[in-house]
Amino acid sequence: MKANNIILQTITKVVVFIIITFSIYLFFAGHYYPGGGFIGGLMTASALVLLLLAYDMETVKRVIPADFKIVTAVGLLIAVITGVGPMLSGLPFLTHAHDYVELPLLGKSGLTTAMLFDLGVYLVVIGITMTIIQTIGESD
Amino acid sequence: MSFVHLAILLPFMMAILVPFLYRYLKRIHTGWLILPVPVLIFVYFLQFLGLKKPLQETIPWVPSLGINFSVVIDGLSMLFALLISGIGALVVLYSIYYLSKKHEDLRSFYIYLLLFMGAMLGVVLSDNLLVLYTFWELTSISSFLLIAYWHKRESSLYGAQKSMIITVFGGLSMLAGFLLLYNMTGTFSVREIIAQADIVTQHELFTAAVIFILLGAFTKSAQFPFYIWLPDAMAAPTPVSAYLHSATMVKAGIYLVARLTPVFAGTAEWFWLVSGFGLITLFWGSFQAVKQTDLKGILAFSTVSQLGLIMSLFGVGSASVLFDSIQDNLYVIATTAAIFHLINHATFKGSLFMVVGIVDHETGTRDIRKLGGLMALMPITFTVALIGAGSMAGLPPFNGFLSKEMFFTGMIRAAELNFFSMETWGLLFPFLAWLASIFTFIYSTILVLRTFTGKLKLSELPKKPHEAPIGMLLSPIILAVLVVLFGFVPNLLSYSIIKPALEAVLPSLLATGDTFKVKIYFWHGFTIELFMTIAVISLGILGYVTVKKWSKIYNVLPKNFTLNHVYNAGIVNIEKGAAMVMNRLMTGSLRQYLTYIFLFFITALGLALILLRPMAIDFINAGNIELFELVLAFVLIGAAITTIVTKSRLTAIISLGTVGYLVSLFFVLFRAPDLALTQLIVETISVALFLLCFRYLPNLQREAFKLNRLLISVGVGVVVTVMAISADATRLLEPISQYYVANTYEEAAGKNMVNVILVDFRGVDTLFEITVLGIAALGIFAMITLRVVRRDKVEGK
Repeated sequence: MKANNIILQTITKVVVFIIITFSIYLFFAGHYYPGGGFIGGLMTASALVLLLLAYDMETVKRVIPADFKIVTAVGLLIAVITGVGPMLSGLPFLTHAHDYVELPLLGKSGLTTAMLFDLGVYLVVIGITMTIIQTIGESD
Repeated sequence: MSFVHLAILLPFMMAILVPFLYRYLKRIHTGWLILPVPVLIFVYFLQFLGLKKPLQETIPWVPSLGINFSVVIDGLSMLFALLISGIGALVVLYSIYYLSKKHEDLRSFYIYLLLFMGAMLGVVLSDNLLVLYTFWELTSISSFLLIAYWHKRESSLYGAQKSMIITVFGGLSMLAGFLLLYNMTGTFSVREIIAQADIVTQHELFTAAVIFILLGAFTKSAQFPFYIWLPDAMAAPTPVSAYLHSATMVKAGIYLVARLTPVFAGTAEWFWLVSGFGLITLFWGSFQAVKQTDLKGILAFSTVSQLGLIMSLFGVGSASVLFDSIQDNLYVIATTAAIFHLINHATFKGSLFMVVGIVDHETGTRDIRKLGGLMALMPITFTVALIGAGSMAGLPPFNGFLSKEMFFTGMIRAAELNFFSMETWGLLFPFLAWLASIFTFIYSTILVLRTFTGKLKLSELPKKPHEAPIGMLLSPIILAVLVVLFGFVPNLLSYSIIKPALEAVLPSLLATGDTFKVKIYFWHGFTIELFMTIAVISLGILGYVTVKKWSKIYNVLPKNFTLNHVYNAGIVNIEKGAAMVMNRLMTGSLRQYLTYIFLFFITALGLALILLRPMAIDFINAGNIELFELVLAFVLIGAAITTIVTKSRLTAIISLGTVGYLVSLFFVLFRAPDLALTQLIVETISVALFLLCFRYLPNLQREAFKLNRLLISVGVGVVVTVMAISADATRLLEPISQYYVANTYEEAAGKNMVNVILVDFRGVDTLFEITVLGIAALGIFAMITLRVVRRDKVEGK
């Protein structure tokens, strides 16, 4: 059925990595440049959708054996933990801390707990997009 | 807590015990166990006879709202408390023999009766208006339960429902009146309101308060035109009719009028409403009673008429406040007569109801067309009936004669009043009173003679009649003895009960050291009242003899020209009307509901914009318009119009996608890169989802164009546009965005302000937005995978 999709599948193999790389860039750049967890997550999800289009549901599930409902839950959990964390040291809910540290390879970088929160958003967005698309795709 | 409070609460506490007594003391008729309660209360209140000074006891209930369970015993409340507990005791005694232990649900009966007794005591003893109202509604509810005691009969349910609707209507308007009084005086205490009576009568809300409160009093006391519930309430067991619908509950309205006389007396509104409606009720009730064929029907209309009499006397008596002293104050007699007749009516009407109950019990019917000739079989019952009816008709030597004479005196005096435009209407008062007395005489005669004399029709009677057991006769005999006793020695009452009651009703007439001189004479010479009574008796006898000839006048009015017809048609039409409105409005069509919502939106916001004048159409804050923006806007409008007018769904979806992408272009133009990115991706996904849905949609016909929809949508658009422009033109405060611009890097270590706001400054919003997304995904998953097949479909297959 998908005999003629050689070109699409080959290009997909190349492009998916570029898209994912771009989405990771968007995610990490979020605090300083346009981007962030939401767009990054959508972009990653679109890479996965491209995989779905080029191959079929079973293949994608084999390649990425993740239950995206759990991904959503993990994302929400990370976001909530980021919020609850500061409360342990007596600060209000969702107080963020930031600092500049010397990292190997990257040099001096700004790190903030807001990034963790954004990671939660990122995972939720991937999770829900994939859940919706997979559910609709599997129904007949 | 004082003994007075205990006296009110005792019936309630006993009502709780009744089920246990009923269950564990099965051998004894529950009534015997209840009997001590009213007797105890009666004995307790006897100690206040000849009361000199009012007694007050208070328990705080809701002190912050000025609601205290405060109890005042003065002459008026003592009189009513004695009536309630005294007749209550007799009725309980009577009911023991009337209701059979085997066949009736005694438990409910005595619970309801005790509830009623406690509530009624609460009404007459409360000083606080809201507490009074509470007890007032409790009497309505317990009376409702008692009327519907035989709840398997259609007529009981109809009567109970009717009385409930009418008395609760009155009760609620009375509450409104009380709140108005509170508004004027700032207190719920009757005593304190009386002290501020001047403020009340001068106040602009005065008339409204009078009307609302009188509505309550008139509905409860069955005055014209609200009397219609009382004849239907006769579906209740006879002890209930005797107690509630002759001696106590129907006098609650009269109590209210008497209680508030010190506040409202001396004003034309009060005088005319109370005495006018009283007189109409008096005449109409007695006129209608003559045509009844059911014994209890006669008594019901007779009660209506007598209540009108008492009411009109209180109305006329209120005029006495306008004369200063009690020396030569001729109008005090009206109030005296009212109080005296109140007692008399309770005694003779109670006994008459019990007599009718006995006749019903022993013969099986109350229809006077079937009854007759019972005199020889039931001599004691006959004697009691004769005494009661004689008193009701106003014959000497019974107490009814005395109060009727005083009633005539009061009405003749009223005709001599020279204010409240009584010069023109005054003569109507004694005339109506006299006419009503003739009819009263006629129906009293019918009541006794048709039942007890004439031919005995044994074949028509369901049971073979014989004299009632002594226990059943005891209560009516006691009441009949009282009728005769008060007839011969009326001054037994005058100083112990009537005088303190007068002091409570007309306190403003008393200077310090003054007292009312109440002396009731049997014989007061050849006065005009005596001649009126003689005329009543002779014309009454004539009327009774010729009743068959003139009773045709009852057929003059068409059948459906009665108040009952108005009530029934009213109920039916209200139901029909409500159903019609609901069927019109609630069609189940979403499109129609949306029309209502949008119409409401347009009118509410449009009117607010026009009336409150926040509309400001100017463009102070507007920036310059670039060519590129103009081009985009035109394309956007084009795409939007295409979406609306296109005939194909696919075109609509694609042009909607166009709108979305154009919006993201606008975001680019207005320098919102994050929004532009998100909008692009979200638009793509939603168009894809639309296309997905499109595959599954049924092939429906497109609806025709409708002008009203166009108008509504244009209206919504205009209102929103005007609102947005006005909102932009009237910017009241500086935006807070300056803070974010200054502090994004310092506080949150970021340079993308949008993202910093999303995850740091306003992170909680984001947290819940991702929660919303999660719920949406789970919802879609659940809807698609967990499809529960509807049961009817399965059965259909």
